[in-house]
Amino acid sequence: MSHDHDHPSYLQHHFDTPEQQFTSSKLGMWLFLATEVLMFGGLFCAYSVYRGNHPEIFMYAHQFLDTKLGAINTVVLLCSSLTMAWAVRAAQLGQKRLLPFMLILTLAGAFGFMGIKYIEYSSKFDHGLLWARAYEPHEEGHHGDDHGDGHEAGAADHGAAHDGGDDHGDADHNGAADHNGASDHNGDAAHEAAAGDHGGEQAEALPDGVLEILPSGLKVEKSTIAPPGSAPSGTVLTVSDDGHGEHHGPEPEKTKVFFSIYFLMTGLHGIHVLGGIVVIFWLLFKSLGGAFGPEYYTPVDLVGLYWHLVDLIWIFLFPLLYLIH
Amino acid sequence: MASSTDGKHVPHVVPLWILIGVLAILLILTWATVAVTSFDFGSNMNLVVAMVIAVIKAALVVMFFMHLVWDRPFNTVIFVSALAFVGLFIILALLDTGQYQPTMIPGYTAAGGVVP
Repeated sequence: MSHDHDHPSYLQHHFDTPEQQFTSSKLGMWLFLATEVLMFGGLFCAYSVYRGNHPEIFMYAHQFLDTKLGAINTVVLLCSSLTMAWAVRAAQLGQKRLLPFMLILTLAGAFGFMGIKYIEYSSKFDHGLLWARAYEPHEEGHHGDDHGDGHEAGAADHGAAHDGGDDHGDADHNGAADHNGASDHNGDAAHEAAAGDHGGEQAEALPDGVLEILPSGLKVEKSTIAPPGSAPSGTVLTVSDDGHGEHHGPEPEKTKVFFSIYFLMTGLHGIHVLGGIVVIFWLLFKSLGGAFGPEYYTPVDLVGLYWHLVDLIWIFLFPLLYLIH
Repeated sequence: MASSTDGKHVPHVVPLWILIGVLAILLILTWATVAVTSFDFGSNMNLVVAMVIAVIKAALVVMFFMHLVWDRPFNTVIFVSALAFVGLFIILALLDTGQYQPTMIPGYTAAGGVVP
């Protein structure tokens, strides 16, 4: 089709027909979504490997996440997915007033999500529950007893942690006890070996961080990974003074890696939500100018696909991070 | 699939009851996935149950909100391939990480707490 033919203004010259343009755009969007899935796939892989090796860290650390806020955010995102799908429908049907309305509702969901995320993040910052190097949980006394700080954001967080904690308490403690039992032989044996064999003449000969040197010359490093349940006695279970059963339990070592994973996954997801906000605003302004109708609504459709993918990722993040049992 | 012979694009409009029905199911499943965490299904079954619910929710979103059921099949091929490769990636990584002897690092307890 050449340029002197009259064709719709939205039809770009390298496409023959609107239908061809539409299906091409959609194909491109699905390819983009595939790369998004692959990008998040790397993080999900890191999560899987770390949880596979250290389930006790996830059992422990997820208690610091607020299930209630996470669930509310899931509902908010699902509802905004509906309004986005409804916006596409409105554009397809030429409902020129309903379209911007649905986009505004979608934006409200997006801002609601980010607002709740802000509350959650600031609670984590207040308590030093941050990624690896910044992880520095500060509480008076020991780990299980941080209810009295009186941070506003923290208060909400801990409230729900109790709700979850009461349910999980028994299982967690049993789990910890089991691990204790299982690792007793190993742990004790290792410690005794270290204390007994190397306590005397060999101890000063070994470099820092080396447990022993094998006859072959290989150095066996001292473990920096504590067996579950081997935390110092200062961090053992206690009953907090507010009447709730203690839920935190002893802190496994390397708990900070959970928060690294948490911030990476939710952070990358949050960046996607922010990106979604920008493009939905753009759609809103275009739609107010009457740019979209039954013949041409491709941008609405594609942004919709993107927004649903963001929702999709959260559908997996929520149970994986907040609902660990 | 939206297509016509003269090249004009004819949109496929999803009925409103499907959209709202899907949202209702998604909300019920969200409630369910939170509710089941208070039960102990033993070993890793809680994770399995949570993931089954998440996959159902994801499938609903993809099929109806993203209207992949009415779309060109090739888009499904692209998306499912991406998911399959992520699955392969994670499975191979887990197979690999399971091959290391837990006792090589004294005091280290591998998944499942198996200490020989």
